[in-house]
Amino acid sequence: MTLESLLNLVYILSAITFILGFKLMSNPESARRGNIVSGIGMIAAIVATLMFPEIVRYQFIVIGIIAGGAVGLLFAYRTPMTGMPQMVGLLNGFGGLASLLVAWAEFIAHPEQTIFGGGILWLATLIGAVTFSGSIIAWAKLEERFISGKPILYAGQKYVTLLVIAGIVGLGVLFALDAGASNAGGFLVIVTALALILGILVVIPIGGADMPVVICLLNSYSGMAACASGFIVQNNLLIVAGALVGASGIILTLIMCKAMNRSVANVFLGGFGSGAQASTMEVVGEIKPVKSDEAYLMLEAANSVLIVPGYGLAVSQAQHAVRELLEALEKNGTEVRFAIHPVAGRMPGHMNVLLAEANISYDAMVEMDAVNPTMETVDVCMIIGANDVVNPAALEDKASPLWGMPIIEAHRARTVIVMKRSMGKGFAGVENPLFFRNNTRMLFGDAKASLQALVNEFKTGH
Amino acid sequence: MEVLIFLLFILVLAIFLGFEIISKVPSLLHTPLMSGSNAISGITVVGSILAAGLGQGEDLAAMLGGAAVGFAMINVVGGYFVTDRMLHMFKKKSK
Repeated sequence: MTLESLLNLVYILSAITFILGFKLMSNPESARRGNIVSGIGMIAAIVATLMFPEIVRYQFIVIGIIAGGAVGLLFAYRTPMTGMPQMVGLLNGFGGLASLLVAWAEFIAHPEQTIFGGGILWLATLIGAVTFSGSIIAWAKLEERFISGKPILYAGQKYVTLLVIAGIVGLGVLFALDAGASNAGGFLVIVTALALILGILVVIPIGGADMPVVICLLNSYSGMAACASGFIVQNNLLIVAGALVGASGIILTLIMCKAMNRSVANVFLGGFGSGAQASTMEVVGEIKPVKSDEAYLMLEAANSVLIVPGYGLAVSQAQHAVRELLEALEKNGTEVRFAIHPVAGRMPGHMNVLLAEANISYDAMVEMDAVNPTMETVDVCMIIGANDVVNPAALEDKASPLWGMPIIEAHRARTVIVMKRSMGKGFAGVENPLFFRNNTRMLFGDAKASLQALVNEFKTGH
Repeated sequence: MEVLIFLLFILVLAIFLGFEIISKVPSLLHTPLMSGSNAISGITVVGSILAAGLGQGEDLAAMLGGAAVGFAMINVVGGYFVTDRMLHMFKKKSK
């Protein structure tokens, strides 16, 4: 057996570890082991690649490995759990950028390509560049740095985007037909520039609340970008790993869209929540604000409490205060559960991670579909920084932009306590009739401060 | 051309496999799933090493390859370590 086939065998083993790693992730008990197994496969693949006899220049590789590894470690340990969506967004972008650079390196090293070779180079450039610039915009929107989280819309937006796509396709054909021609490099430069612009154009019209979908889709693109570079260097492992990531991103995208009752096309073309949507439904009832001492009495008397966390919890970093309240309630003999909507937070599963960080057992976290049928038995449903995902207009008001979206039906609980900073609207910019219901009490203020006030009430025992 | 068909064959199978296993991941673990797939998409590092280390060709190509190695390594290292950090926190109550 030659060294080459031995190294290719290592690639097969790596592919197996990636698949096993994903499989072990189907259970929280084995998930950590899965991640380690997959990591070992990655190290094996890198070491095997370094041993290929064609690899003779190590200086740039070593610099890349050391610098990239150091930055990666910094990211992994310095990012707070509330910042996970941004970090994942940024990593998606780096994956795209790496594929874009591989495509360019290949083009410079081997400009003479077949039509297929040229086509693949074009595709890898396109996916890599769109993933990169789109992810940077998504990151900036999530950080609310440089640009606002709100959708950015302008007249003729769709036509500009279509024109850019037409340019990319047209130049792609010219490029692939003769990649060795003297002007082909110029074509690829323009394709790269247009693809970078395209990534920006498709993400800026999307609002903050739709970011989970965008992050999922870009996650998928980063996998597809790896696939495309796999075709360039003709490597099976890149194709298998890239396809797994691509599939994972697509699955999450579909789950998110379903949880918002919207199509992928609607998310990307919509500019949802940007204009004032007219709703015909009159909001009846009045706001009933309470202080923490009244809220304490309700919680103290409750047998069953359901907590619905939303993005507001992440913003005020209230996850540890939630744990303290949980302990106080449990000491009081109250059963406490957490209902987590699939699109709560800024990425899928974000709330679960924050609660896990605060040392809250994952047994206590229930999914929307499991919790809704039991809502009548809930004495107090406490909503912390969530809004659209508990808006009953989704079920009752056909004119509402939220109509049809599956929600956590908090309004059916005996009493609802809504913790909210002010009477502002949710990200969708829609009025929430839940706040005006007879069984709803509003506890205004910063979520963390309100929670701590409640914990103090329990401690002093009034 | 034949190589291309073979690679496409692998791609299609891998996509189906991916859909099968990943749809079994519970929503509880979707954030670590995403950061974990970030790490795996860092597999581009293999392609990047091949682009950076080949003897023939231009220095520019090797440098671009080296930069690609760097960015892919951020994904690999950042992705695996942050996923581990997260999964470490998921605990069941010990009663």
